[in-house]
Amino acid sequence: MLRVENLTKAFGGVTAVSGVSFEVTKGTIHAVIGPNGAGKTTLFNLITGVYTPSSGSIVFEGSEIGGVAPERLAKRGISRTFQNLQVSMNLSAIDNVMTGAHLGLNSGLLAGMIGLPDLGGRERATRIRAAELMEFVGCGAYVAAEARSMPYGALKRLEIARALMANPRILFLDEPAAGLNHTETHEIEDLIAALGKTGITVVLVEHDMKLVMNVSDRIVVLDYGKKLAEGTPAEIRVDPDVVAAYLGAESEGV
Amino acid sequence: MSEASIPTTIGRSSPETTAAALATAPGFRARHLPTIVLAIVLALLPLVLPNAYYYDVVIRILANAVLAIALNLLIGYCGQISLGHAGFFGLGAYGSAILTTHYDWTAPSALLVSAVVVGLLAWLVARVILRLKGHYLAMATLGLGIIVTIVLTNEASLTGGPDGMSVGDMRIFGLRLYGEKVWYPVFAGLVVVAVVLAGNLVESPAGRALRALHGSEVAARVVGIDTASFKTRVFVLSAVVAAIMGSLTAHYLGFITPQVASFHKSVELVTMAVVGGMASIWGSVFGAALLSLLPDLLAHFEGFETVIFGVILVATMIFLPRGIVPSLARLLRREGR
Amino acid sequence: MSQFLQLLFSGLTVGATYALAALGFSMIYNASGVINFAQGEFIMLGGMVAAVLTAAGIPLPLAVLAAIVVVALVGLLVEKLAIEPARDADITSIIIITIGVSMIVRGVVEVTLGKGGRALPHFSGETPIAIGGATLLPQSLWVMAVTAVVVAALALFFGRTRVGKGILATAHNRLAAQLVGVDVKKVLLASFGLAAALGAVGGVLIAPIATTSYDAGLMLGLKGFVAATFGGLGSGVGAIAGGLLLGLIETMTAGYLSSSYKDAVPFVLVLVILVVRPRGLFGLGPSERV
Ligand SMILES: Nc1ncnc2c1ncn2[C@@H]1O[C@H](COP(=O)(O)OP(=O)(O)OP(=O)(O)O)[C@@H](O)[C@H]1O
Ligand SMILES: [Mg+2]
Repeated sequence: MLRVENLTKAFGGVTAVSGVSFEVTKGTIHAVIGPNGAGKTTLFNLITGVYTPSSGSIVFEGSEIGGVAPERLAKRGISRTFQNLQVSMNLSAIDNVMTGAHLGLNSGLLAGMIGLPDLGGRERATRIRAAELMEFVGCGAYVAAEARSMPYGALKRLEIARALMANPRILFLDEPAAGLNHTETHEIEDLIAALGKTGITVVLVEHDMKLVMNVSDRIVVLDYGKKLAEGTPAEIRVDPDVVAAYLGAESEGV
Repeated sequence: MSEASIPTTIGRSSPETTAAALATAPGFRARHLPTIVLAIVLALLPLVLPNAYYYDVVIRILANAVLAIALNLLIGYCGQISLGHAGFFGLGAYGSAILTTHYDWTAPSALLVSAVVVGLLAWLVARVILRLKGHYLAMATLGLGIIVTIVLTNEASLTGGPDGMSVGDMRIFGLRLYGEKVWYPVFAGLVVVAVVLAGNLVESPAGRALRALHGSEVAARVVGIDTASFKTRVFVLSAVVAAIMGSLTAHYLGFITPQVASFHKSVELVTMAVVGGMASIWGSVFGAALLSLLPDLLAHFEGFETVIFGVILVATMIFLPRGIVPSLARLLRREGR
Repeated sequence: MSQFLQLLFSGLTVGATYALAALGFSMIYNASGVINFAQGEFIMLGGMVAAVLTAAGIPLPLAVLAAIVVVALVGLLVEKLAIEPARDADITSIIIITIGVSMIVRGVVEVTLGKGGRALPHFSGETPIAIGGATLLPQSLWVMAVTAVVVAALALFFGRTRVGKGILATAHNRLAAQLVGVDVKKVLLASFGLAAALGAVGGVLIAPIATTSYDAGLMLGLKGFVAATFGGLGSGVGAIAGGLLLGLIETMTAGYLSSSYKDAVPFVLVLVILVVRPRGLFGLGPSERV
């Protein structure tokens, strides 16, 4: 469903992603792991249109999407969350989630002024759906809350709910469990597994190895922007290069 | 995109969730009661307004309220600053003045054409400058307003130069709009219309998109919000409203100078929106009232008007950073608990 | 040719004052991310205070010094009373605050010193110097020379002194600066004082050539902002280049094209530049990260 070929992104002197290729099969859970600064987030930014690749190609469902703007990719069913929270703090929690349904609603200014989108109960249905998704991702307690008054863990879930609201075909999660405690991480793991069962293709970046090993069908390992290894969790666990890279990173105290 | 593709396995509907969801929607009372009150007050106001002077004061407030509401859509909701909106107001005013005076156009057609031209201009400008962020955008819009003022001042053969020009009465459907008492219902009606339309807009998917892109542009784009298009459209909308208000104000005043387009006027408009309350329609109405009345109220302090005006601006921004109306509303809500 | 030379001289003179104003903008912008719309009032205040003091019989050098000190103090006061309490406000609010401050300064000057225009005596006579068919006022030399000295002093200040380096570090990365022990609050305060003093220097220098009055600050400030944007907000070199360029373009327009549109030229140009280079000529901020 997604094929990345020779993807490269350079920022000035730093080559954050360098000649990375891999493929994601529909309906699977894919993980991208690697030490800090390996280029994982940059890879996500490239695929979701936030950055334009320096070279290489990204093919999604048969067509090239490298350099296509995020808002156009959203129409094709690509959705994501962010490593450093991107929640609109000036909105209520449920409004944030409702923005996920943007493409399915009439968003004309004039239509909005005369109250057109309200007709036929579209707004109402969207609102109810948003609350259901908040419940599903585990932040149902905050349906009536303002985003800015929510704790970090709940905001991370809120982002997932917003991404789901767009009915994505493929969902990118950038460190969904970062900063969460043990119990919360477990819940996120269950959540990702549950998403996988519904047939959504999930690609995730995560540092929590237990979570990654438990939920992923396939894993890509990045190091210094390059693909170090790829395989099933069982294969990655025993890959000498990967072990070396991680041990090396740890001994440097990163 | 269709709902059919929502995987039904994700999330389950339950009466409790539905009820909790619906409770978050703004209720009829919260949304429409203040508007109804405003309409009644405006309808009854002529009973207590003693003379033309007071009508004039109220009309100035009403005109500014419409301008501030439109500008607040851009600044407060969309998060894009404009320090040159009086430029669009001035173009509307002079468009109407010049077309009716020098070219014998009828007032409504002059108003329409001015509004369309300003809309096109704003669209062109927006495509380019809305890429800019923060202070660069402030600089660009400020420059735009100043250029308009300088052109209006220099093209004296058309505009009368710095001394200004007079504008004829407006005739519409055989009706001659003349004097404060005739114009009052026009401006009052416009304010009510503006409050209703803007209120609908900010609660609509489009309004949500605007607020969302203010909060996080990249998150908005990722869910499919075409942020560039939204910013452009809101910029154009607020510019066109400014142009229309400019046309009407020109006819109402009967005389205009390039000062209508000045940096000072632009700042005044931004101040109304911001001091009243960013992203608050009622804040704009309040801000317009406060800042329109202030010069009159301060007239007693001979010479100190500017100082006090400045102090009020600074103090409001420091002590009530979200603006007066939202800050007070929050206080009241907290008291109520 | 002589006309060109003449325009060049006056262009550089005006440009030097714009450069000083732009440096003031850049300094505050660097330290705090704030565009100080009251910068123009500092310029006006400098000229006015010096003019009032000399008119009262105080010797010129003393009056000039006093004016610079007074304005620097006003700058410190502004930061303490208006900017610091609003640290967390967003850009729009801070713009409004500085506009409010400019109104206060202008208003106070209007009430205390009156509405009339004031002139400062030329520093060393008004006998024009003839160069290549054009004439140059001694005051213009003062303007250019002092600007050059100020620029050199600033370069030393930022390159050599602790406070200077602290300001640069804060501009570069606020948090990191804080971590290595820079007192960010003091840096902010210092940058306002310094920017105000710079403004005052500009105001004092130009006041003998162009009479000053309580409302002169607005246009000067806006031009300084244009010059700073021109060069790229926060860039010192950009501010100087932007200022000089702006002064030249403005006087050339007035000389060769139309004097009534000379005030419009900076704004048209800045629009064009922003369209082509959204961060000005020398500006190079980081691209946004997510
Ligand atoms: N916008 C940018 N401009 C310049 N350099 C960047 C930018 N974004 C990322 N980089 C650099 O690219 C490299 C990879 O960064 P990236 O954020 O992709 O790493 P990561 O694998 O997500 O790390 P982490 O696990 O810490 O999130 C880093 O060296 C980073 O400094
Ligand atoms: Mg990352």
